[in-house]
Amino acid sequence: MDNILSVLVFFPAVAGLLGFVVDQKSIKAYGLTVATIEFLLSLWLWFSFDMGNSGMQFVELVPIIPDMGVSYYLGVDGISLFIVIMSTLMTLLGMASMGETKDIKNMIITLLFLEMTMVGVFVALDAIIFYLFWELSLVPMLYIIGAWGGNLRIYASIKFFLYTFTGSLIMLVGMLFVAYTYHNLTGVWSFAITDWYSIVLPVSYQMWLFAAFFIGFAIKVPMFPFHTWIPYAHGQAPTIGSVILAAVLLKMGTYGFVRFSLPMFPDASVMAITPIAIISIIMIIYTAMIAYAQKDMKQVIAYSSVSHMGIIMLGLFAMNAEGISGSVFQMLSHGIVSGALFMLVGMIYDRRHTKLLSEFGGLTAVMPKFAIIFGIMLMASVGLPLTIGFVGEFLVLLGFYNVSPFMTILAGTSIIVGAIYMLRVMKLAFFGPLNNEENKKLKDLNARETWSLIPLVMIVVWLGVYPKPVLTPIDNSVKSLLTFMDKKAITQEAKDMIRVSKSTKEAK
Amino acid sequence: MLTPIHVSLESLNLLTLAPMLIAIAGGLTILILDLLNDKLDKSLYVMITILFLFIDLGAILGLNINVRGFFDVILIDGISIISQILIIAGSMLFIPLALTSKRFHEYSYPEFFALFLFMVAGFQFMVTSDNLILIFVGIETASLALYTLIALHNRANSYEAAVKYFTMGALSAAFFAMGSAVIYGLTGSVELYKVAEVMSTRLNETGLMIAIFGSSALLLVAFGFKLSLFPFHTWAPDVYEGASAPLAGYMSVVPKVAALVVSIRIFGMYIDLGIEWVRIVIIALAVITMTLSNIMALVQQDVKRMLAYSSISHAGFIMAALALDTTEGTTSIFFYYTLFMFTNLGAFSMLWISRHKNRRFNEQYDHPYEKFSGFIHIMPVGAVIMALFMLSLAGVPPFSVFWGKIYVMQAAVNSGYIWLAIVMGINSAISAYYYLKLVVYMFLKEPVKDVDTVYYNLSKPLLAIIGLATLATVTAIFYAQPLLSYLYYMISASGY
Repeated sequence: MDNILSVLVFFPAVAGLLGFVVDQKSIKAYGLTVATIEFLLSLWLWFSFDMGNSGMQFVELVPIIPDMGVSYYLGVDGISLFIVIMSTLMTLLGMASMGETKDIKNMIITLLFLEMTMVGVFVALDAIIFYLFWELSLVPMLYIIGAWGGNLRIYASIKFFLYTFTGSLIMLVGMLFVAYTYHNLTGVWSFAITDWYSIVLPVSYQMWLFAAFFIGFAIKVPMFPFHTWIPYAHGQAPTIGSVILAAVLLKMGTYGFVRFSLPMFPDASVMAITPIAIISIIMIIYTAMIAYAQKDMKQVIAYSSVSHMGIIMLGLFAMNAEGISGSVFQMLSHGIVSGALFMLVGMIYDRRHTKLLSEFGGLTAVMPKFAIIFGIMLMASVGLPLTIGFVGEFLVLLGFYNVSPFMTILAGTSIIVGAIYMLRVMKLAFFGPLNNEENKKLKDLNARETWSLIPLVMIVVWLGVYPKPVLTPIDNSVKSLLTFMDKKAITQEAKDMIRVSKSTKEAK
Repeated sequence: MLTPIHVSLESLNLLTLAPMLIAIAGGLTILILDLLNDKLDKSLYVMITILFLFIDLGAILGLNINVRGFFDVILIDGISIISQILIIAGSMLFIPLALTSKRFHEYSYPEFFALFLFMVAGFQFMVTSDNLILIFVGIETASLALYTLIALHNRANSYEAAVKYFTMGALSAAFFAMGSAVIYGLTGSVELYKVAEVMSTRLNETGLMIAIFGSSALLLVAFGFKLSLFPFHTWAPDVYEGASAPLAGYMSVVPKVAALVVSIRIFGMYIDLGIEWVRIVIIALAVITMTLSNIMALVQQDVKRMLAYSSISHAGFIMAALALDTTEGTTSIFFYYTLFMFTNLGAFSMLWISRHKNRRFNEQYDHPYEKFSGFIHIMPVGAVIMALFMLSLAGVPPFSVFWGKIYVMQAAVNSGYIWLAIVMGINSAISAYYYLKLVVYMFLKEPVKDVDTVYYNLSKPLLAIIGLATLATVTAIFYAQPLLSYLYYMISASGY
């Protein structure tokens, strides 16, 4: 099946449209079936993926508006492959773990449309198609937060939408300018990213364009100081919203850096290393401290998720294979771990209708299964060796050590601070005496909840112990990306910076 | 002793006049039918109007490009053909909206349809001439008919709107006349192509620049009124609010297209002559218009007023493309308006189907936001369609207006106006808020329980029009390319 990417993108959308016909009572089974098929399709993509090939595979190219240079252009490489699989997996498990929900039909249909946009963003190779899915993903999320969220849901959903929309419009102008430059050089309009890769931009252009794309992506990541929308979004969103938001939507920002900023503006990227590293470190430490101060369990997870996004950003700008591969791997691990944590918080919220840490304590006695899974995910989040979190974090720090040992040490403190705030959650919620009367009646996880978490636990352990099957294709694509950046860089500093990584690789 | 002038019929090239004459004949037919039998139903008139517009469209499509006729005052070039097609298409979409399930005052008069056809003929005259006098006649024919159409909507604020529009229109006509007079004084001609020739030879004369500035300023004021540009836009929201919803939607597209064509001819000439002042002023007005009306739209409590301000903002957006004066820029105007027409008419039609005889939700407004709260529970399909229109207007891909916006921005970047593209981007972001506000009301709030259904005025013809508009909004990505090639071909063929 050569057009498997199109199928992957549009299958959920078609299923969503047909879902309008399905009866309210059967809709959840319908949604789960569709999500399972979609996940199996993405696994098929993995198995038919050529691991030795570091370039784009399953490419589909159909011109749509040639006068504007817009074409339907899809493809997948080692970097995007696993993010796509992670998106379909998290949609499936998020849907499976969903408890009683009002208007469940609307929710399922919305989720299916959201899945289309998520897969679309990661496989699009045309900037306009990318932008199309990027913007469309806001609408279902707006609805999910706004319709099923907490008390401030409307404020939170509008804040989320406007923040991202504004940033991406600036990015759109940047895209138009790149297309215009391409038009000037070749006489043809094109928004195909692979065409854009071929043009070498002067450093001054690169700086401005880097800034334009940076605004779009940084708001999505969200990088300090653009992160203020996310506590509201997470605080108000229903569980499934938070799961998808943290696991997949935030990755769109970091993925954008890998797909656009690094290969298109190598010189500007190298120049931006220090400022971005500083912002990332502020983000890592500052949000970790905020996480420590939270009284609400979900907010702790939300801030820790932002803190870990800082690690991903740091790795991307290490400009060497360890850093970038580690970052891409960390995107996956962050998706799985924070997704699972949000699901867990949602489960306890469904039972007690509160997320305040002070309400809990000694839960291990009444909910042993819950406590064990929560504990594993906490450890993975902190980056305990032999869990998925360790691999990415270690590689990122290793990669960035080549750039600046000092900053790496600062970033490394995040593991310590992370351990502190996560263990605090552990202590307050699960250990100590079981004082609160209401907690004594709590039931442990039921079969549905357990089985939607167990796959995640298995992945956490599997990829923690043996990350090679995933890391190899990522590494291949990342290496060819770096070689490409090195070839394309104009300034000597950029070449040096990118070359450093290669010499260390050869020394190994 | 006067020598008789011999005019051969061939040299008149009467075919170039055929489209307008068909529209006028249609109007007269309707009046005659009414004389013969005054018990005829509005549905007959609607269909007759559509049929005449259909023949009119056929006559336009049969025209050759770049011919002149009727003592050379009629100019059929690419722009005039595509703008006429747009005008007719917009009119054909508009007129079936008269077939509502509830009876409204204005449609019981056959004169409404006759006036409508006369107005269409007026617009067609405006766009098919480069003779300032004929343009003036066209503007006045169309405007006078339009004032009456507005006033026929039997409401106190409709009269207010009509009188307001009339006063402003008269003022702008005066400015237009004075501007034309100055041009005639400078060049001895009212034919724009001759004006351009003479002006280009006299540009270097000392002291003449003031007069040229003067003429351009007067004409800019005149078209500032017509296109509702800042600071001449203040009439627009009141008039849109007073007019019936479909007519307001119509006014946000068709008269604007006609006025834009004339502006392209006149101001394009100034810019081609190298008078940068005109370009700077147009860009400045465009930027102020889109930003200011966007900010005004943020605080509106009535959906119709919001859409009125948003239409002004879109007009400002397009005005900026006019100032670029490149083939791409001009193409983008028509491309944008074609896509915008479907979405905006669709949005106004959605207001039309929810129009009640009396104001049930709010003393002051017909369509306050509260009316649409919980629309998703009352009429799910309607809510989804309305949300599609709103997202399209906000510029969310892949809906129609997004492609228009991106083409305009592309044209701006292509002419070196990157800052303009950024301003457009920021404006789209601001506008997202008020479109989103309606989406939020429709999807995220609970319905106001104590009032009956919102979809009150629905009928099959309205459904068909809304369905068509939705289809055109959603599938824009597929027909954008053929549309764009056609527009680009027509515009570059006539040398813009």
